[in-house]
Amino acid sequence: MKARAAGHERVEIDSGQRGRRFRALIRKETIQVFRDPSSILIAFVLPFILLFLFGFGVSLDANKIRIGLVLEDTSPDVQSLAVAFTNSRFFDTRIVRDRREVVPDLIAGDIRGIVVVPQDFSSRLMQAGQVAPIQVIADGTQPNTANFVQSYAQGVWSNWQQQRRLEHGLGDAANVALEARYWFNEELESRNFLVPGSVAIVMTLIGTLLTALVIAREWERGTMEAMLATPVSTLELLGGKIAPYFALGMASMAGCTLLAIGLFGVPFRGSVVALTIVSAAFLCPALGLGYLISAVAKNQFVASQIALFAGFLPAMLLSGFIYEIASMPPVIQAITHVIPARYFVNSLQTLFLTGDIWPLLLPNIAIMLGIGAVLFGLAVRNTKKRLD
Amino acid sequence: MLGRIAALIVKELLAILRDPRGRMVLIVPPLLQLVVFSFAATLDVENVRMAVLNQDPGKWSHELVQRFVGAPTFREIRFLDGVAEIRPTIDRQEALVVLHLPQSFSADIAAGRPAAAQLILDGRRSNAAQIVQGYAARIVDQFNRDLAAGPPSVLVARDWFNPNLEHQWFIVPSLIGTITMLIGLSVTALSVARERELGTFDQLLVSPLTPAEILVGKTVPSLLIGLFHGTVFLLAAVFVFAVPFTGSLLLLYGSLVMYLLSVIGVGLFISSLSQTQQQAFLGTFLFAAPAILLSGFASPVENMPDWLQQFTLINPLRHFIVVVNGVFTKDMPAINVVDNTWPLAVIALCTLSAAAWLFRRRLE
Repeated sequence: MKARAAGHERVEIDSGQRGRRFRALIRKETIQVFRDPSSILIAFVLPFILLFLFGFGVSLDANKIRIGLVLEDTSPDVQSLAVAFTNSRFFDTRIVRDRREVVPDLIAGDIRGIVVVPQDFSSRLMQAGQVAPIQVIADGTQPNTANFVQSYAQGVWSNWQQQRRLEHGLGDAANVALEARYWFNEELESRNFLVPGSVAIVMTLIGTLLTALVIAREWERGTMEAMLATPVSTLELLGGKIAPYFALGMASMAGCTLLAIGLFGVPFRGSVVALTIVSAAFLCPALGLGYLISAVAKNQFVASQIALFAGFLPAMLLSGFIYEIASMPPVIQAITHVIPARYFVNSLQTLFLTGDIWPLLLPNIAIMLGIGAVLFGLAVRNTKKRLD
Repeated sequence: MLGRIAALIVKELLAILRDPRGRMVLIVPPLLQLVVFSFAATLDVENVRMAVLNQDPGKWSHELVQRFVGAPTFREIRFLDGVAEIRPTIDRQEALVVLHLPQSFSADIAAGRPAAAQLILDGRRSNAAQIVQGYAARIVDQFNRDLAAGPPSVLVARDWFNPNLEHQWFIVPSLIGTITMLIGLSVTALSVARERELGTFDQLLVSPLTPAEILVGKTVPSLLIGLFHGTVFLLAAVFVFAVPFTGSLLLLYGSLVMYLLSVIGVGLFISSLSQTQQQAFLGTFLFAAPAILLSGFASPVENMPDWLQQFTLINPLRHFIVVVNGVFTKDMPAINVVDNTWPLAVIALCTLSAAAWLFRRRLE
């Protein structure tokens, strides 16, 4: 009876102390984060560098492509075509008479395409029933730029033909005029989707890489075991360890968003509430993965390597941030479904460029939370095991 | 003296190969990168989801839509029932592109008037969308040519060096550059940092070896390992990924050696600054991430702002990517290879002498 009463009393003290104990734990962890120079580097310096690199350095927009225009024919028709190319806002055109002058430039990579107007072009153009061909040669070593060279050349040439038909009074032959409209990103700036995507990379660095490194060091030094020996429960320990990184992640999210809007001029069409919810949802799997890596590796070096290959690289390559998921082989496409960054990148691009599209965001949030729950479950199991 | 250096080189190689972590760094990351990068890093646009809103009951719109259905680029084509459905379809990313043909489409063509067709594209993926627009323009162009009796002029598209514009032909040779860089950096950076952590670096410093000899002893093993990985990836590119190799092997290896020396110089520099392996790792990351992003590997250098293009000139990978891709698919002549290799020699000279200076300073 007495023993039961005593036990009862202890439980009461426990629940009364729990809040205080947890606060103390979070305070200790926060101080630890700010004392460590590598945390400062990863949490404050790297995000800025990465955002800067993605904002200025990585661009898929071939705005002014250098090409060579070979005019083997010099009739007025050809001259007007040459003017159409030099006036195009997509091309920086160099006009030569002989293709041998520009082929070495193409090999050296100084120009990305050659447009050849053959000698008999205008004579063929005049004859009814004859086809007058123009050749567009693109440098295939950069397939993306080559695609642009071909489409832009196609555009210039179609316009020129239309113009010519009008001038020669041939009238409009029956034809289809294709008008393209780009929603959400009218100026076609790849920066507008790359910068929001890079925020996901930054959050992965903080959530996974930093967490894995710092907690792995604690395992290495044995301070984690020391904590496990205290009355702190596994869940409290995990919560206390992760709370500062959660705060750090959210703070860096806010910083990145301000930079994206202020410095890079990316539009923000969603709501702050939605952005906060989505970011918090992403931090669950990111932090869970970081903690799990540290608990499995228990060694800084191994943790850093795993974090790089399980966190950073997938976020870069398999999230749809730069590379097209739909074009990957089916096996790799299947893998991308378990990469939390995939859902985060998609949500961020939508929030920045389109708005709060809840039918798109809600499934993303649910999946991120689901992956997070699995990772945390594994993390708790791995921490408990050490106690036995 | 040569014997001493040779002994040091053998010792370094053994130290790297005997350490399980060292072995892990040498084997796992390169393999993972080869698999993931070569299959996932693609800007090709395939399996595009498209939607069509066809308000025209006539035959011409049906004819045009059938051409889109038949095109291999488009995977599933959804048919919409009204203008109101366009916005949610794009918003929710159920389609990347919507083709809208108005009611008067066939009537306009029959009357010889220009018929309007509208293409609505999702700007959230503006790169893919632009490529899709190019495909669509080609389909419409062919359609127009078939409508008109005699086409006055045609555009013949040719892509040299890579006729089917396969992104793998660019990515896989470029990997020779990125992977040997990561290997060269981490092997060098970690080897000095590890010795410093274990305290064996001081023993090396009190040995009869001069700082220059220590430097050579640390450089050569990394160079050998880098060349080994470069060769493995070269073989994989040619025999596994069937990328055509048209140029000179000798030129490629000459350039690779210069490239590796410049990278190893950076690695030595990082390692002489860092006290622990952790710091060496962070230093490597801090150098490698910008070096890869600003090299032309992720996106072409000419798309960057001018001031940044100037800055990329100090990045070894930027020069080597031109060489490796040129030698692979373009049969690049020696003069172009030399043009892109002498900057590597200059960078190597700078980074190695900076590392030597730091080493010596640590000694005295």
